[in-house]
Amino acid sequence: MATTEDPKTGLGATGAWRRELYDAKPERAGELFSTMSGIENEPLYTAESVDVDYERDLGFPGVYPFTRGVYPSMYRGRLWTMRQFAGFGTAEETNERFRYLLEHGQTGLSTAFDMPTLMGYDSDHARSLGEVGREGVAVDSLDDMETLFSGIPLADVSTSMTINAPAAMLLAFYACVGEKQGTPIAALRGTVQTDILKEYIAQKEWIFPPQPSMRLVVDMIEWCSREMPLMHPVSISGYHIREAGSTAAQELAFTLADGFAYVDACIERGLDVDEFAPRLSFFFNAHLDFFEEIAKYRAARRIWATRLREHYGAKNPRSWLMRFHTQTAGVSLTAQQPEVNLIRTAIEALAAVLGGTQSLHTNSFDEALALPTEHAVRLALRTQQVIAHETGAVNTIDPLGGSYYVEHLTNELERQAYDYFERIDKLGGVVPAIEENFFQREIAEASYRYQSEVEQKQRIVVGVNRYELDDEPEPELLRIDPALEQKQIERVQALRARRDGAAAESALANLKRAAAGDGNLMEPIVAASRAYVTMGEMCDALRDVWGVWRETPVF
Amino acid sequence: MARTIRVVIAKPGLDGHDRGAKIIARALRDAGMEVIYTGLHQTPEQIVETAVQEDADAVGISILSGAHMTLVPRILEQLRANGAEDVLVVVGGTVPVDDAEELKKQGVAAVFGPGAPTSEIVDFLRGAVPA
Repeated sequence: MATTEDPKTGLGATGAWRRELYDAKPERAGELFSTMSGIENEPLYTAESVDVDYERDLGFPGVYPFTRGVYPSMYRGRLWTMRQFAGFGTAEETNERFRYLLEHGQTGLSTAFDMPTLMGYDSDHARSLGEVGREGVAVDSLDDMETLFSGIPLADVSTSMTINAPAAMLLAFYACVGEKQGTPIAALRGTVQTDILKEYIAQKEWIFPPQPSMRLVVDMIEWCSREMPLMHPVSISGYHIREAGSTAAQELAFTLADGFAYVDACIERGLDVDEFAPRLSFFFNAHLDFFEEIAKYRAARRIWATRLREHYGAKNPRSWLMRFHTQTAGVSLTAQQPEVNLIRTAIEALAAVLGGTQSLHTNSFDEALALPTEHAVRLALRTQQVIAHETGAVNTIDPLGGSYYVEHLTNELERQAYDYFERIDKLGGVVPAIEENFFQREIAEASYRYQSEVEQKQRIVVGVNRYELDDEPEPELLRIDPALEQKQIERVQALRARRDGAAAESALANLKRAAAGDGNLMEPIVAASRAYVTMGEMCDALRDVWGVWRETPVF
Repeated sequence: MARTIRVVIAKPGLDGHDRGAKIIARALRDAGMEVIYTGLHQTPEQIVETAVQEDADAVGISILSGAHMTLVPRILEQLRANGAEDVLVVVGGTVPVDDAEELKKQGVAAVFGPGAPTSEIVDFLRGAVPA
């Protein structure tokens, strides 16, 4: 690289500028200049400070290592999918919200399930008390799934389902709804989250211990590659890791490490990497440190492509592509002056777009307070539409590529990710590292550090530790009718009474037998779903065989 | 010297969001309190059992799942049933204002919403727990 040395100081021109001009004036005191994740920033980046080999490190969009984007045409070919996550109450309420979003121009569905569903309990289980339909929709059986997608032809939409521990059951329900609508399951499109590793690491909605959980994940990947080739069976998620308080580098590193762990598990099962890797997808957070986020997505694509090609020997270029969904950072939303969240979300969404996301959820401004109202959801969707159609951000691919600063951050995040991979390898891999609380401790440290910085006002959060209002008006909130819980309990109990009891029992016994063996469990799960065995009944059967996971908490 | 305040930090129900609970647990510990963190997915009965066994001065309930109006009253009820109604109960999480008022009527000492600084919670406990 060409450097101009300053004749007097012997430093490069940047160093000379810094000494002679920049350092001559004091910096503002108090606030930190490092990124939100704690990466130190220089006041200026120039060609001298960044080592980039264009062909090797960046390449062209749609060309290895895909730093600049996974597709040659990116948003000039097709905009990202605007996919708002929705779900509350019973299947009827959520079905109504789905139709509302489709009418307003949303292009894909994304289902939020309630806590009991995420944890594998039916709505009438004692542990579900007070939680039914609160944070998502309650789905106990195929019957609820039929209601959830009533009037929505599955042949025409792609559906994302945020479900992990009982992902296999929900995928089976979805396949059965398709069947009933007369759509071949091979034509169904969508994504099931299924990423159990990040549950142990961050989101904490688990059921079974890691080994049988990993088996279920691989069963789904294997089954989908044969039966539902348009489905993404896993969405390897950094979103929740970040929400739990990680840094951007940790989000990047832990998510990719989880991804490698799934690839390893599939290879161990005997699958060929090119058979399943093209259907793996990712899910990242879009937080407020604009450039750091853009760099994170770029680094993620480069690391994934390199590892898949060089380490796993994938031959199919589609195996090298990291495609990802993004959601703006829920944790960045404030309960104080909630309208300000519209601005935060817009900036985060722009980072996701400039980072080359394939789909995007924008949070609603009232979500630090409750589930979003329809008004708030519409504004969130409009935010994406403004970025897509009014800002010009879509006209040029990877417009920040070549920015000295963004390339520096991309390299730095990549370096930190490789450091983490080494530490995880030394612990024996992702599962042993989970068992030793490695990730949990790293995240707790980072989140505590950030909180301390906010409390010392080294980081300013508008409306929270500066520019506060004394008298905040009470915003209008979505209230979930408590009667919905009782209604859902009655629904699942009525289903159990009316289904063919003998058929349900035999399908359940069959699943339990299969779980004790080592065959793929998807067929018995689909058969049980068809017989209207509930999700909770299936999970209970598997709990009997496999036991449950318990965490030793650290703080 | 003032005696050490003992606090149980609890996550009731199925809610897995433990970022806040862990930050509070650590901040209280750094402030010199003895902190017992229950871990996740606790029933009201388990939380009260821990509070009684640990002879806690206060229980801090972290809940972001919207189930607070079901789970918190059950914890209060179980404390009373176990003769532990003198244990101070504070709640943190996404609790709408009118729910917070109702919980206070039922016996919750304070409700801290998103953005509450940990120092405020430390000061509150120091003031509210009898020396």
